[in-house]
Amino acid sequence: MANTELKSNEPTGPIEDRWRLHKQNSDLVAPHNRRKRTVIIVGSGLAGGAAAATMGELGYKVKCFCFQDSPRRAHSIAAQGGINAAKNYQNDGDSVYRLFYDTVKGGDFRSRESNVYRLAELSVNIIDQAVSQGVPFAREYGGLLANRSFGGALVSRTFYARGQTGQQLLLGAYSALARQIEAGTVEMFPRHSMQDLIVHEGKARGIVTRNLINGKVEAHIADVVILATGGYGNVFFLSTNAMGSNCTAIWQAHKRGAFFANPCYTQIHPTCIPRSGEYQSKLTLMSESLRNDGRVWVPRNKEDVTKDPKKIPEEDRYYYLEERYPKFGNLVPRDVASRNAMYVCDDGLGVGPELDGERRAVYLDFKSAIERLGEDTIRERYGNLFEMYERITGDDPYKTPMMIYPATHYTMGGLWVDYNLQSTIDGLFVGGEANFSDHGANRLGASALMQGLADGYFVLPFTVGDYLGRNRLKDQAPLEQDDKAVTDAVAGVEAKLKALANAPEPTHSPDYFHKKLGNIIWKYCGMARTAEGLKKAIEEIPKLREQFHREVKVTGDTDGFNQTLVKAARVADFLELGELMCIDALAREESCGGHFREEHVIDMEAKRDDEHFQHVAAWEHQGEPSAAALHKEPLEFEYVKPTQRSYK
Amino acid sequence: MKTKNLTLHVWRQRGPNDSGDFERYVAKDVNEHMSFLEMLDVVNEDLLENGDEPIAFDHDCREGICGMCGVVVNGYAHGPQERTTACQLHMRQIFELGWDELWIEPWRATSFPVIKDLAVDRGAFDRIIQAGGYISIRTGSARDANETPIPKDVSDAAMDAAECIGCGACVAACPNASASLFTAAKISHLGLLPQGQAERTDRVRKMVGQMDHEGFGSCTNHGECEKACPKGISIDWIARMNRDLLKAMTTSADDIEERD
Repeated sequence: MANTELKSNEPTGPIEDRWRLHKQNSDLVAPHNRRKRTVIIVGSGLAGGAAAATMGELGYKVKCFCFQDSPRRAHSIAAQGGINAAKNYQNDGDSVYRLFYDTVKGGDFRSRESNVYRLAELSVNIIDQAVSQGVPFAREYGGLLANRSFGGALVSRTFYARGQTGQQLLLGAYSALARQIEAGTVEMFPRHSMQDLIVHEGKARGIVTRNLINGKVEAHIADVVILATGGYGNVFFLSTNAMGSNCTAIWQAHKRGAFFANPCYTQIHPTCIPRSGEYQSKLTLMSESLRNDGRVWVPRNKEDVTKDPKKIPEEDRYYYLEERYPKFGNLVPRDVASRNAMYVCDDGLGVGPELDGERRAVYLDFKSAIERLGEDTIRERYGNLFEMYERITGDDPYKTPMMIYPATHYTMGGLWVDYNLQSTIDGLFVGGEANFSDHGANRLGASALMQGLADGYFVLPFTVGDYLGRNRLKDQAPLEQDDKAVTDAVAGVEAKLKALANAPEPTHSPDYFHKKLGNIIWKYCGMARTAEGLKKAIEEIPKLREQFHREVKVTGDTDGFNQTLVKAARVADFLELGELMCIDALAREESCGGHFREEHVIDMEAKRDDEHFQHVAAWEHQGEPSAAALHKEPLEFEYVKPTQRSYK
Repeated sequence: MKTKNLTLHVWRQRGPNDSGDFERYVAKDVNEHMSFLEMLDVVNEDLLENGDEPIAFDHDCREGICGMCGVVVNGYAHGPQERTTACQLHMRQIFELGWDELWIEPWRATSFPVIKDLAVDRGAFDRIIQAGGYISIRTGSARDANETPIPKDVSDAAMDAAECIGCGACVAACPNASASLFTAAKISHLGLLPQGQAERTDRVRKMVGQMDHEGFGSCTNHGECEKACPKGISIDWIARMNRDLLKAMTTSADDIEERD
């Protein structure tokens, strides 16, 4: 039965018992039956890779798909700073409850309490799991695990592996996955991209993929489908996402009936390397952990913006975060830090090269940290980040302050899921960044890795098992390759790709349209949004989409390795999702977290409207993005009472 | 801001069975702040505009961590800058060397067949990891993370080895197309840690066995791999792998495992 009433299916009772009791009441599949059940997992990052490894280990027949050449390359790998866990190894007053509290508050009271509590609870198991896999987290001289602080928290609970925490955690999950591939429980399909979801008698029963090497479009049938395909930040064209990160899997699932929740919640990360020119293909993030020791400033006087920063005396430097937010200082949450960078640049205090008539950068300065701690300590903490910065910009941050500016980094919105991470389509589960569940309107640093792994290792294997236990094989409608649901889906994908490769007036590359879309979204649905701007975007995007389908140019064989065709198919979906983002942003007449409406401001901060918007906005596809129907899941806060978020 | 025109000779190969050849292109107005791959993007946009097929090359994160990109530039795997992936190589480095002409090739190794143009199949690396590059621990059965203290220097050394991104530059740079650096890095990362001891002997036999089976060449201590490695993985790990392998072969009745 499709879940169109948006039942969260969360357990009731004391929040600390909910997940335990829920697991006790879950159905199980007997070991000898598990190998008869096929589980499709799309995506091999922290959520998908961990789920594939764990479900393989349990004995299910797992098929795992990724578009990269190896599951080890999923974009989780690029997370730098760390992973939160309520271990309280520092004895600084941390607890599961406090991590839960910080995450709900950090999300600006737009997430579901039960989900967030479970996330905080599982965080401790993740660290245990990762260490036992051989993840070399940073340690103290006594041999115990080290921690660092991250934005939005007053405790030190972030575990890290130099500046490559995501890489090490992903390689941990990848090695567990490799073990299952070797054991024959997981079949891996690299260089495959999911193009459609197969829904049969109301249930998700498989996917249609395109083999990126030979262009073959194929159907894969299963008992259950898990999407763990990451976020849709590349709708902005320029973002910190990998070039291949795309929304196709979740968007096609949306078109097949999965509701899309809070698409307007996107996170703009405050510390990225600024844009240097038109050719720019992506933006590179500098870990938020840098804000532990780096101080953010701009010149106080406009005439100093082109001056050598080293020659600007202390009294002429405007440490705007420290001045405006004395309690959290440089460690305010991401949305606050980003917006403030935008404000100072709007005021003409931005530094760096002039592009399109503006200077859009602020300094991140390590001078006082180097004086206090010595260059060696700073090198040990951030050496690889400093190297990366120097490689990209040609400047040495040990000597001259870094220049940074916000960039799109993460999308809190995603497919709507219940407590079991099941979407509104029966048998379609969604994990990691691809779902909307845990971060509300803003994600705190070091929480993405935590959520991906919690979903992958600990939540999905249970909830999917429960689903399969309740949907027994003998009661399941048989589905074969020649069924109409399957052949129609395959034919639909083939037709779609053929149309993209043969546009009537081929003129411009997919990137040409992608950049145009990115400009619209960044301008009207970026760090600050207005009703007027959003309406403009909602007018412009469908026109651009229409032009795209008429004029997109794809050369080369369509039945082979063709990166232009792949791009075109992704851009086609971004052009639809982008419109829904703006529609959602327009409908949400409040500011919260990463969604900042200039009409709703209090003291320069986001002003929520709990009376009217304390809900999840879940959109049901009805032919066109503009026709999407809004469904609301009300949010209740039993434990953390919504307040005006303050980091002052 | 410096700009200049560059002559590119790019390896074009339609598929694994095509013989392939260099094609000449001119990259116009290359800007010093562009990354190497952004320079290729611009060339590709031009090709597409003219109705030609863009150059196929693998890439994804473009921040030097996913390991997906990799091309040989004027004989250097990932280009001339040390400890830098192709995506992090910026054109100012090329300008500083005074290079006006670039020869761009895929990784060349029998075990990495070309898929198209500059993209190769590195599945062999995955299969080496599958042969034993893991610690067998079931999800949910782990002990508390702080139960076993690990000396900081040991943990740091394991991290040094674990930084490998699996890009394959070591193979491309080696005159023997050996995968020893890649394999040794994983064996050492896991073999240094207390958690990795139980499977240490078995792991080295299986992984080296798979490496040989994939057709990679042997290590003859040229050291080119370390020089080309974008993460600065040390060839000391190869010595360590060989020690581990010797020990495994003398303490166990089995020979190294040749696999199908």
